[in-house]
Amino acid sequence: MKTTIRSDKGPSGRTGKDDSSHPPQTDEKAIIMSGYGINSEMETQVAFRRAGMDSDIVHINDLIAGRRKLSQYRLLVFPGGFSYGDDTGAGNAYANRVRNNLWDDLERFLDNDNLVLGICNGFQILANLGLLPAFDKKYEREIALMPNRKGVLECRFATLKPASDNLFTRGIDRMYCPIAHGEGNFFCSPETLVRLKTKNMIAFQYCRDDLSPANGEYPYNPNGSTEDIAGITSEDGKVLGLMPHPERAMNFTNLYDWPYQKERMKRQGKKLPQESLNMQFFKNIVGYFC
Amino acid sequence: MNSFIHRIEVHYNQDPRLKSRTDRIRSLGIPVGKLHLIDIYTIATSSRDFTYDELCRIGAQLINPVVQEYTVDAATEAVFDYAIEVGFLPGVTDNVGTTAKQTIEDYYSVRFLEGESVYSSQLFFVGGNISEDSLQKLAATLANPLVNRVHIRTYEEYKNKGMDPIVPHVRLHELPTAESVDLDLDDKDLASLGKEGIPDPQTGQRRGPLALDLPQLHAIRDYFSKKGRKPTDVELESLAQTWSEHCKHTIFASAMDDDIKKGLYKTFIQDATNKIRREKGDKDICVTVFTDNSGAIIFDDNYLVTHKVETHNSPSALDPFGGALTGIVGVNRDTIGFGLGAKPCLNCYGYCVGDPDSDPVLFRGKNKTNPILSPRQILDGVVRGVGVGGNCSGIPTPQGWCYFHDRYSGKPLVFAGTVGVMPLSHNGRKLFEKLAKPGDLIVMAGGRVGKDGIHGATFSSEALDPASPVTAVQIGDPITQKKLSDVIVKEARDLGLYHSITDNGAGGISCSVAEMAKECNGCHVFLAKVPLKYPGMAPWEIWISESQERMTLAIPHETLGEFMDLCRRREVEATVIGKFTDSGRCVVEYHGDIVMDVDLDFLHDGLPEKHLKTTGTQKMYPEPETECPAQLDQTILSMLQRKNICSKEFISTQYDHTVQGGHVLGPVQGTGRVQATASLTKVVLDSEKGVGLSQGIFPLYSEIDPYLMAAAAIDTAIRGLVAIGISLDKIALLDNFCWCSSDKPERLWQLKQAAQGCYDFATAFGTPFISGKDSMFNDFSGFDSDNNPVMISVPPTLLISSIGIHDDVAKAVSIDAKFEGDFVYIIGETFPELGGSEYFAFLNSTGKNVPKLDAIKAKSKYQNLTAAISKEIVASAYPVNHGGLAIALAKVAIAGRIGMEIVIPSSLRPDYFLFSESLGRFVVTVSKDHKKEFEKIMGSDAMLLGTVCGTALRISTQKIICDLPVEDLEIAYKSPFLGY
Repeated sequence: MKTTIRSDKGPSGRTGKDDSSHPPQTDEKAIIMSGYGINSEMETQVAFRRAGMDSDIVHINDLIAGRRKLSQYRLLVFPGGFSYGDDTGAGNAYANRVRNNLWDDLERFLDNDNLVLGICNGFQILANLGLLPAFDKKYEREIALMPNRKGVLECRFATLKPASDNLFTRGIDRMYCPIAHGEGNFFCSPETLVRLKTKNMIAFQYCRDDLSPANGEYPYNPNGSTEDIAGITSEDGKVLGLMPHPERAMNFTNLYDWPYQKERMKRQGKKLPQESLNMQFFKNIVGYFC
Repeated sequence: MNSFIHRIEVHYNQDPRLKSRTDRIRSLGIPVGKLHLIDIYTIATSSRDFTYDELCRIGAQLINPVVQEYTVDAATEAVFDYAIEVGFLPGVTDNVGTTAKQTIEDYYSVRFLEGESVYSSQLFFVGGNISEDSLQKLAATLANPLVNRVHIRTYEEYKNKGMDPIVPHVRLHELPTAESVDLDLDDKDLASLGKEGIPDPQTGQRRGPLALDLPQLHAIRDYFSKKGRKPTDVELESLAQTWSEHCKHTIFASAMDDDIKKGLYKTFIQDATNKIRREKGDKDICVTVFTDNSGAIIFDDNYLVTHKVETHNSPSALDPFGGALTGIVGVNRDTIGFGLGAKPCLNCYGYCVGDPDSDPVLFRGKNKTNPILSPRQILDGVVRGVGVGGNCSGIPTPQGWCYFHDRYSGKPLVFAGTVGVMPLSHNGRKLFEKLAKPGDLIVMAGGRVGKDGIHGATFSSEALDPASPVTAVQIGDPITQKKLSDVIVKEARDLGLYHSITDNGAGGISCSVAEMAKECNGCHVFLAKVPLKYPGMAPWEIWISESQERMTLAIPHETLGEFMDLCRRREVEATVIGKFTDSGRCVVEYHGDIVMDVDLDFLHDGLPEKHLKTTGTQKMYPEPETECPAQLDQTILSMLQRKNICSKEFISTQYDHTVQGGHVLGPVQGTGRVQATASLTKVVLDSEKGVGLSQGIFPLYSEIDPYLMAAAAIDTAIRGLVAIGISLDKIALLDNFCWCSSDKPERLWQLKQAAQGCYDFATAFGTPFISGKDSMFNDFSGFDSDNNPVMISVPPTLLISSIGIHDDVAKAVSIDAKFEGDFVYIIGETFPELGGSEYFAFLNSTGKNVPKLDAIKAKSKYQNLTAAISKEIVASAYPVNHGGLAIALAKVAIAGRIGMEIVIPSSLRPDYFLFSESLGRFVVTVSKDHKKEFEKIMGSDAMLLGTVCGTALRISTQKIICDLPVEDLEIAYKSPFLGY
């Protein structure tokens, strides 16, 4: 183990933009899925509200029963959680429930100018549904989020950097937010990996504090993911899945190292931000509808 | 019987789980070579068969084809030496199997009938030249014989026929009727009825302990002879549940000696809270104390927060994973069952276990039968159980601890706590009040009822002995409970669909329904309506079963339809099982027969009063005779490696502590990642306020001075919160007594002393108790390998948990030293108080001077520190605890990965000064700019020790006695549990 006496720039060195400017607001609505052990729907709703988009939390069974319609929404979010307790593979059972009951509606939704976001368990659901990577709009499973290399759930803050410029990553130079999953170890075939790269579909990668690559090294790459991949988009760029949880670190005081950063900024005479750097991610998504 | 049985085997092409699994098995000393892991689904149906093609489609649903493959009714091909298959025994909760079943039902739009199911199991292919002995040891680490079946085949046997498909179907042949029980027995027979249980009319075999003593049995006999009939087994089992130590807390409630007429609980716990509430007047923070499933305090003008800490010791000794899982999801229900339902928003934990590097060979039975699990197995299991419970339920677990001592080898203590958050009112209705009304329907919602957990409540009141029934083991199903929790606290509560709700915990519906019946004065239950996991259960079993994930509600006719419809849409099973009445009686009917008819007064208050006697036992242990070493470098490193001091971060990081989005101060802090003593979390995201949690526990002080042991626990729990900036007047406490041999007057004296300490110090600090729990018989009695009887009793253990409201989380302080040039202070005086300390334990000694506490002085110090923190002039704060000042300094330095230059006064032996565990102290760092202001606020309470600087921790008196690179400190601090 090597002790590094820390530089002034900690993992969350950049602490976000001044939040005095009003975020854009959209009249379009998001649908945030719930049920069967999904558990991050409420904080995800708060994140989108703060970023300027209202949402409904809808139990999957209400969508299946037709009590709510997917077509009323522009953004579909599968939030984090432990749907079906990760049994039969994380996200797999919930994906089966979606595929077996909602597939036609979902396909129609994807054909329109809409966005889909999956965070953590949501990413696992999207991967099992084949909504990612969806080369040539073929919804087949081509990636896997396997059990973590260490074999247990891992909860810690991770530093992410965007690996391509797209609507989700625009204006972001880093994110610093928690991961909390047992199965986030990104895997795909070498051929798929080449396609992901050439088509700029790798959205976020795990990295070190100074944004240099993690190169698979624990804990910067916390789960053993191929090429440090933390999130990818679909080929058409309208679907994003990522393992880390920006919605769990919306405020400056949510960040792992905020007490240190606070002292540093105070001594430099800087004003402390309310919001964290991670909110740009949600603002980007909302911005698409503005 | 199932006519159609199929087996789908799933394996990874390249299994990412293997490396960590193999490493773990090898770390236990089993020389395995290559390992393969296969997941098995056994589909057993009788009404329809699946074709091969259909089974292939099912297989495709159970895998991700990018990384996995499946086989249908064909053995997976591989080369190995042994195949070990581990499945569940009949009736054990199988969550993976249930999910697979639901997937199949959904895919084919079919419903599995009763008796049809999918069962999961795991198959391990093991390579390597493994001895028979190692193979058995391996099987024992993979499976617990109380819940698992194990089948082993050699490669040759496997090659020809694979593994047998095994269907762990429950078959019961019991006569499902109620029996009347004859209590007209002599006292000897009556006593054995109480101790061993009701004899089965056919076999004569005893059903398991009622844990009723003779006076209680006499009271029951008198009651029924007045009624002119014999009691039924349902009635007797029900009374045993309701009167159990677990439910009635007899020892805490009974008069004691000549001075404690109202009992310990009323005298020392409840009266402390009453006094504090009176004295605080308008500033009282309590909402509901002691009466509901959790205690509650004010969060802000709109919300309250609840807290409750439970123990689940006996089940965790038998099945650590299942016991701990059930413990945490059980206390979650104490939150959902508070008022009309609070949302669980924080979990916390505490484990007392034996040294995981020791392997005591002990047996529950004679002749080497029924061996106890090793401390390592227990630790692994409970850590995983609480993790799975919290993680799957989406509840963050930011705070907890782990304490090791050999006296926990026979019976571990597993503490699990949950904080809830709830609006004070909704649509003008107070959500923290509830009242079942006569005519309301009794609705049971959540999981089904099986034989699991029968005699759980009475069982934990008895010391673990060879007759411990295996039905006391249960495995929770967090997702079923999550669905139930969501439908209650996120939907039904605010729709106003019910009048009252409570959790089904110990004693199952026999306790929950009878408890709610107090609100309206009666109930009438139709037992046959209770949905069962499998047929063939006797009525008494249905009534007292502790099957998990169930709540009982009182629902008026007008809203019943809406509630049932909502539950159906959320796939939560809900069943009307009776109605609340005002008859004054608890009546239970089964297929038209009245199987129970007991007055509520007798059920709840017929318990004969006891008068307990105590005997004082002040023990004297000599102080060690060693001299202070000239150099303390090695001592400090060794102390940092002590298991009660070193990092147990492997637990913190496998518990999700960030879900729900409120993380402020987590379980580990600073770049050096040191475990903190308190956590801070926003439970209402748009509020500036947060909830702080901390705990205090000093079992080694108990035998020396139980009164001061309580002082240490209370002070430490409070001080953890003060260190992050929570004001004393916003702090409440919870007590968990885990005692041993509480039928002995000496142990009761220690209990009385500790309870007196609780009263004195809680009232001195003005921090009310809001909830508590006690577990009085944490003793193991069994045998060593030579059949010598062995009794291991836990040290009398008091856990004090604290909850506090932080007014502005942006002003909170973390533990890590921040910047070069900052000043290091110690707040509070240090005395040569090392009795029961980690340092004396390190010297293989106990000592006699347990830290004393001047609470009045401490209170003013804490108020001053709170003022300094709220002015934002404190850069870091750490409460000195186990291991004393040296350990606190080391942890603050490691957390900041920065050195310190410290000079300690020479008034005391340096090692005593550095390792004394005197209470009321903090290590604080302050920047140059704030030095003056800080010293002005703290006055003489703060003593300047040195500065933050360099890369080493250097401590001197007149000469340097410690000079250690922070890097070395960090390695020592993190090394003991590196492989976990």
